[in-house]
Order: sequence, then C-alpha cells, then structure tokens
Amino acid sequence: MSTTTTDARRNPPGRGERFADWTDSRLGLHGAGRKNLRKVFPDHWSFMLGEIAMYTFLIVLLTGVYLTLFFKPSMAEMTYHGSYAPMNGVRMTEAYASTLDISFDVRGGLLIRQIHHWSALIFIAAMATHMMRVFFTGAFRKPREVNWIFGFTLLVLGCIAGFTGYSLPDDLLSGTGVRFMEGATLATPVIGTYLAFFLWGGEFPGTDIIPRFFAVHVLLVPGIMLGLFVLHIILVFYHKHTQYAGSGKTEENVVGMPFMPVYVAKAGGFFFLIFGVITVIAGLFTINPVWDLGPYRPDMVSTGAQPDWYMGWTEGLIRFMPGWEWVIPGGYTINFGVFIPLTLVGVVPIMMMAYPFFESWVTGDRREHHILDRPRNVPTRTGFGVAWLTLVFVLLTAGGNDLWATHFHLSINTITWTVRIAFFVAPVLAFWITRRICLGLQRRDREKILHGRETGIIKRLPHGEFIEVHEPLSQDELHKLTAHDQYAPLELGPSVDDNGVVRKQSPVQKLRARLSQGYFGEAGQIPKPTRREYEEITSGHGHH
Amino acid sequence: MKKLSARRRHPLAALVVLLIALAATGGLYATFAPTGKAQADETSAAQSLAVEEGQKLYRVGCASCHGTGGQGSSDGPSLVGVGAAAVDFQVSTGRMPLQQQGAQAPKKPNIYTQKEIDQLAAYVASLGPGPAVPEESQYDPAGGDVGRGGDLFRNNCAQCHNFTGKGGALTDGKYAPNIDGVDPKHMYEAMVTGPQNMPAFPDGVLTPENKQDIIAYLDEVGGDEAESPGGFSLGGLGPVSEGLFAWVFGLGALIVLTIWIAARTAKARKS
Ligand code: HEC
Ligand code: HEC
Ligand code: HEM
Repeated sequence: MSTTTTDARRNPPGRGERFADWTDSRLGLHGAGRKNLRKVFPDHWSFMLGEIAMYTFLIVLLTGVYLTLFFKPSMAEMTYHGSYAPMNGVRMTEAYASTLDISFDVRGGLLIRQIHHWSALIFIAAMATHMMRVFFTGAFRKPREVNWIFGFTLLVLGCIAGFTGYSLPDDLLSGTGVRFMEGATLATPVIGTYLAFFLWGGEFPGTDIIPRFFAVHVLLVPGIMLGLFVLHIILVFYHKHTQYAGSGKTEENVVGMPFMPVYVAKAGGFFFLIFGVITVIAGLFTINPVWDLGPYRPDMVSTGAQPDWYMGWTEGLIRFMPGWEWVIPGGYTINFGVFIPLTLVGVVPIMMMAYPFFESWVTGDRREHHILDRPRNVPTRTGFGVAWLTLVFVLLTAGGNDLWATHFHLSINTITWTVRIAFFVAPVLAFWITRRICLGLQRRDREKILHGRETGIIKRLPHGEFIEVHEPLSQDELHKLTAHDQYAPLELGPSVDDNGVVRKQSPVQKLRARLSQGYFGEAGQIPKPTRREYEEITSGHGHH
Repeated sequence: MKKLSARRRHPLAALVVLLIALAATGGLYATFAPTGKAQADETSAAQSLAVEEGQKLYRVGCASCHGTGGQGSSDGPSLVGVGAAAVDFQVSTGRMPLQQQGAQAPKKPNIYTQKEIDQLAAYVASLGPGPAVPEESQYDPAGGDVGRGGDLFRNNCAQCHNFTGKGGALTDGKYAPNIDGVDPKHMYEAMVTGPQNMPAFPDGVLTPENKQDIIAYLDEVGGDEAESPGGFSLGGLGPVSEGLFAWVFGLGALIVLTIWIAARTAKARKS
C-alpha cells in the first residue's frame, strides 16, 4: 500500500491492489510478509539437508494421497483373479489384493507406489543426515533446544509412519514385521499379553491390525508430523538461521540471501529437481515387489526378512541378543531376549533427545549461540556423535547378518559373535579415535594460525639452511579458525575450605566436574593461540 | 580321505580292492539273476552294462570317500538307497565329487558327461532302491500351476531359500543357495533327495504335481524369462539392498545436487 491516497475516486485502485488491500486489512499479510519474506538465509549446502527432508516429505504426502484412493485397508479374505497371473487363485486379504491392483491395474499406480516408498526411505535418511548436521555443528544449543526436540520427534514419527505404511500391503515380508512387533509387545512384562490383545483386537493376526495401521499411517502420524513440521519451520524463522563463523558474521546478524525472491526461486527449483531424481529412481528400480512376496499367512515365513533401513537397528538388536528367558515364580516368563532390546529401543532415542540439555548442563553455558561450531573444536561431542553412528552401523550389520553371511561367505554365527563384541567395543574405539583426530586437527589449526600455511616452496638461505616458506593466513581465515569459544573446565575447588572444614560435594557435582574435564580439560581441547602468542611470532622473525 | 589315500599305498590294498570288487560283482549277480529269467532282454543288458561302467567310474572318482561298495566312510556318507536322482543332482551340479571338506559342498563346473552320470547313477541305484531320475513330463514348468506353486514354495521352502529363491544363510557357514537358473530337473531331484542340509520332500509330503507347481513358480520368478515389472530388482534381496541404494544413490544424488545449487550462488562480493 502506497503513501498518498488523496482521492481514491479520481485514481481508482487496480484490481490487484484492491485484492491486496482486502486481504491485508483482514489477514495482516503485508506486515507478516514484509517481516518474514525478507528474512535472510545463509547458504551452505549443509543447511539444505533439512530442505531435502521437507521436499521428500511433501512428495510422500502427495503420492500417499493418490494411493489412498485405491487401497482397501481390509483383512477380509478373498481369492485373487486379477491381472497378475502368477497369483491367480491364491487366497489373500483385500489389502494385499488392492496393492496388486495398484501395481498392475491402476494407471501409474506402480510408479506412484515406488515413488512413495523410495521417497519415504530417502525422507528419513535426509532427516537423519540433517540431524547429524545439527548435532555436529552444535546448532541444537540455546535457543534451539526445543526445535531439536521437534525435529527428533519428527524423526521418530517418520519411523512410525514408515513402519505402519510398510505393513499395510499385508504381504509375507511386512507381516513378518508385524509378527515381530507382536513378539515385542508380548515380551512386555506383566501386561504384554493384554497389550497385544488390545492392539490386535484379539489373537494375532486377527482382522483389525491393518485398518488400525491404516488410520495411524494416513491420518494420525502425518497429521501430527505436519503440525510439528510447521512449528519446526516457524521456529527456524523465529530464531533465524545459524551460520558458520566468518568475517562479518556475528551472533547478532545473519548473512545470506533474502528469503524472497532469491531463496524461494531456488527452493522451488530444488523441489522439482528432487522430485525428478526420485521419479527417475522409482521408474528404474523396483522397491518392495509385493507381488513376489506373496500374501501374509501366520504359518509362513521367509528367510532374508528385514525391515526398511530405519528399523534395521531394532532388527539388529533382536538378532544378536542371546535368547535368554526366565520363568519367575508364579509361572510367568520374562523373555529377556526380546525385553532387553525393547528397552534399548526406548532408551537410545531418549538419550538422543536429551543431549542438548546434557551438554548445557556440563558446560554451564546459558548464552545463546547462533554461530555454529566446527566439529573439531568440540572433540568430545563429535566423538559421541561418531560413537553413536558406529553403534547404529553395528546394529544394522547385525540386522543384515544373513546377507553378510551369504555374500561374503562367512558363518552367520561368527558374524553374530563379532557383532556382540563390537556392540560394546566399537563405539568406545570410535569415540576415542574421533577425539584424537579432532585434537590433531585443532593442533594443525593452531600451527596454521601461528606460522601460516605451508606453501611447498623451499628456500635456501645464504648460510645454507633450507626452509619452507610459510604464507600468513588472510584475516578472513584467521577469523574462521579462531572465532570459537573455548570453555574452561569446571573446577570442583578444594574439598576442604580455608578453615579446614569439609565442603560438601554431591556426587552429581563431582560427576559434572569430571565430565567437564573430559570435554574441556587438557585432553579435550588444544588451547587456541592467544593474541600475545600470535603477535610475538608474527612480528619480526618470519620463519620457522 | 587322508586315511584312505594313505592306505591306498598299502601292499595289501590291491588285494582288498580285488576282494571287494569280487564280492560286489557277486552281489550284483545275485541281485540281477532272478530278473533275468524270461526277460533277459536288451534293456536289462544295457542296464547291467551301465552299472558296470558306473562302477568303474565310481571306483575312480567316488570310492575314496563313499567306500568301495558305497557303504560310506569317515569321509562321506553311505550311498546305499540314495537313488539315481541323488547322484544325478549331486554330480551334474558339480557338487560331487567333493573337492575338500567344508561347511557345505559347493556347486562347481561338472566334470562328467551326462552319459557317465547316468552310469554312475545306475551303479548307485543298484546298491539299494531310491528315488529315480524324474521324467521330463514330471518337471516341465509348463505343466504346473504357478499360483499354487508360489503358495507351496512360501510354505515349504522360503524359510531357507527366500521369497523368490534368492537364497539365504543357515548356521555355521552353511547356506541355502540361490535357485535362479537351476535346471528344473535338478529342482525336482533336490526336492526328492534333500541334498545336504535340505530336508527331503518325498511324494507323501509334496505330491509330484505339487513339485511341478513349485517348479513352475520358480521358473516364473527366477527363470530366463522372469520379468521384473518394477524395474531393476537390485538383487531381489529386499529392504537391505533397498536401504543401501536409498542412502548411496538416492540421498547421495540429492546431496550432490544441493552442493551444486549452493555453489551456484551470488557470492557476497568483497569490496
Ligand atoms: C572328498 C570326498 C568325496 C568324494 C570324492 C565324493 N563324495 Fe559324495 N559326498 C561326500 C560327502 C562328505 C557327502 C555328504 C555331504 C553332506 O551331506 O554335507 C557326500 C554326499 C553325496 C551324495 C548325497 C548323499 C545323500 O544322502 O543324498 C551323493 C549322491 C554323492 N555324494 C555321490 C558322489 C559321487 C557319485 C561321487 C563321485 C563322482 C562322490 N560323491 C564323490 C564326499 C565325497
Ligand atoms: C532347511 C532349509 C531348506 C529348505 C526348507 C529347503 N531347502 Fe532347498 N536347499 C537347502 C540347502 C542347504 C541346499 C544346498 C544343498 C547342497 O548344496 O547340496 C538346497 C538346495 C536346493 C536346490 C539346488 C540348488 C542348486 O543350486 O543346485 C534346489 C533347487 C532347492 N534347494 C529347492 C528347494 C525347494 C523347492 C524347497 C521346498 C520344497 C526347498 N529347497 C526347501 C536348504 C533348504
Ligand atoms: C520432517 C522432517 C524435517 C524437516 C522437513 C526439517 C526441515 C528443516 C529446515 C528446512 C530447516 C532449516 C534449514 C536447515 O537447517 O536445514 C530446519 C532446521 C532445523 N532442524 Fe529440521 N527438519 C526435519 C527434521 C529434523 C530433525 C530430525 C531434527 C533433529 C532432531 C531437526 C532439527 C532441526 C533444528 C535444531 C533446526 C534449526 C537449526 C538451524 O537453524 O541451524 N529437524 N529443519
């Protein structure tokens, strides 16, 4: 809306202007738009991982709607006489039959099914990668802890959506997954049986589980995810985006492209690129060929039955866990072989969710952070992250132990034992190695700051000595390498005060100090050069 | 086998072999003499010739492990009663003669001609009654019902061989092999004889028609003309290969795109 409106009748506003006026006076779009459309987004490829998640999520939603038009979430039995000859005369549920129909009779059905499934896999992979970016750069620190929780919840919900969706066709593969879930439910002490009867509406498999999964998959979970996703994005706008350290970038500003029009134009193009790539993949590569798998029957099972990758770690836990079982007085069985993995399935994600709070408790830092960390500058956190990824990888290996065995000509028993050991050892090793590498990189940064970059040019001095010419870093680079804070480790102080009275130190305080020492003590970080050191070295004698 | 080959050089070895051979021929004569009453016709003469030839081949290639009379040794099981089908399967797929002891006799290129295999089979069949080599009409995939075969396969075989016969791991390095491209005749024989860690499915368990249905199904999903309606099948191994593909080529490609897009930006100009 412009400045002068002396006489509206003499100069009637155009149609567009009137529309804008109408909407603005009712929805306040202009004000909101002016504020938000000019938000600035820094660009770095790692900031676009969340966008990949966003677009693949959108693709999953769109293709899902199409599938809903043709899918019949019913476990009523029927005999198939459709166009897929190899299944002719086979008894199956309507859910399975309608999946065959979507694949072979609905126009574009197979392509849409494959797009839906491929993009679901990629969606969750993108979320996981996005999360790694957030973790390793410390983007979860204040004020973004809540958004970390939102994002984490999205990841968990994504897995639930994936699992329920994968179960819908009621084929022999996914049915085995549902059976697995029933087993896990039964292993819940005391209430397991009741819980299973409640969820399945009676004895497994019953006729309720597919309709229930359907409601969860197409309505409940996507609904919540959409809501959370919007909140997630609102918070990103509200907090503004984080950025990597660089000259001119501070905790108070954001350097980048304005959201409108540059960012949106790029983002729109990006969406279509992603859609294109996934469509090509879905057009060329089969995913979940349900027609090969056959309908689910509780008396059948196939080897090589694995869940989709994001549930693979739970499969791994079950596969390498020894099958311990106790019968406790009263005749109740406690199935540790399943119950312990089940507990871990609950505990591991919660540890992930709580990490930001754990770290801020260790550092005692209550400040806001908008400049991202370089992973090497926080070796302990980076070490935790890599250890965690290693654990996931070990579990995925366990989940695919049979394929490792057949494809690498190994004994499955050897793999299982290796995994049992690796489960405890590999994360510790990974943590330790990562921390060493980070410290090494910090040391190199320190060298670079003080002595400049090695140029590879060898010079011979008049008295015969050979030296390598070092080129001093630019201000920009110096800034990047020194912008991070270094925390001092927490000190407990003496356990006895000046007057010889014992000071109370709770075990929690002691633990916190220990952890803080681990994070920021001598073994945890290399002190960055001080201004004094830098000046001393760079003034005068130019070489080393 | 080591024990046996060591004893082969024993001065008395030749004598032992001779005695066993004599005993075997005598035994054989006893077996065949009664049938020779009226119908000592050409087939039976050809049959005994085959048995004889088979025995020669057997002595050279198999006796070291299975014993000179097929009675078995510490290096190989008895072959009495395993039938011609077992020999045809084991030898044509190259599993026998075994090269070295291991978790499981692997498939190898077959070194015998079909004629020699038939002779070996005839010899082993002469040791005791067992399943015969099936007729082509029994295992021709065209004669089976694919739908029923799929159901039967998932019920009886998929737990070891995977949904479409892509194979799977068993304990301690043993495995159920991939059945893609296996000769239908060998499929039939595998079912009747139950090689190694595979259970046998005699006709009382799976009728001959059932077997043919299964073969028809396997031919449909794994034969030369098997189709994959959804595109390349990524080995047919299910979610593991799909997940790997999604990460490496799916997300991988998208990340490459992101890097490309992010690099293509108006850089803040330094002035
Ligand atoms: C190096 C030792 C060795 C040699 C040589 C050998 N076999 Fe075997 N054979 C074995 C062993 C061991 C098994 C048992 C495999 C198993 O069940 O794991 C076997 C199994 C078999 C079986 C399957 C028996 C059953 O119960 O179904 C047949 C048939 C057979 N051999 C035939 C032959 C023939 C014919 C030859 C010669 C061409 C031969 N073998 C040579 C060691 C040998
Ligand atoms: C307990 C697991 C098990 C079951 C059940 C089983 N198999 Fe097997 N199968 C095996 C093993 C192990 C072998 C490998 C035997 C060998 O190498 O001698 C095998 C071999 C075969 C072969 C030979 C493949 C080749 O490469 O030559 C065929 C064909 C076969 N099985 C078909 C079937 C069919 C059809 C069924 C169901 C009726 C079935 N199997 C059930 C374990 C099994
Ligand atoms: C539905 C799935 C998700 C979508 C669509 C999504 C989308 C986005 C987008 C577009 C951004 C802004 C740009 C960026 O930093 O990439 C963002 C930021 C963020 N995401 Fe996600 N995300 C999802 C899942 C997750 C997950 C699983 C986590 C971690 C548990 C997470 C945590 C965060 C945090 C903390 C930020 C703010 C980081 C910053 O400003 O640098 N998100 N998200």
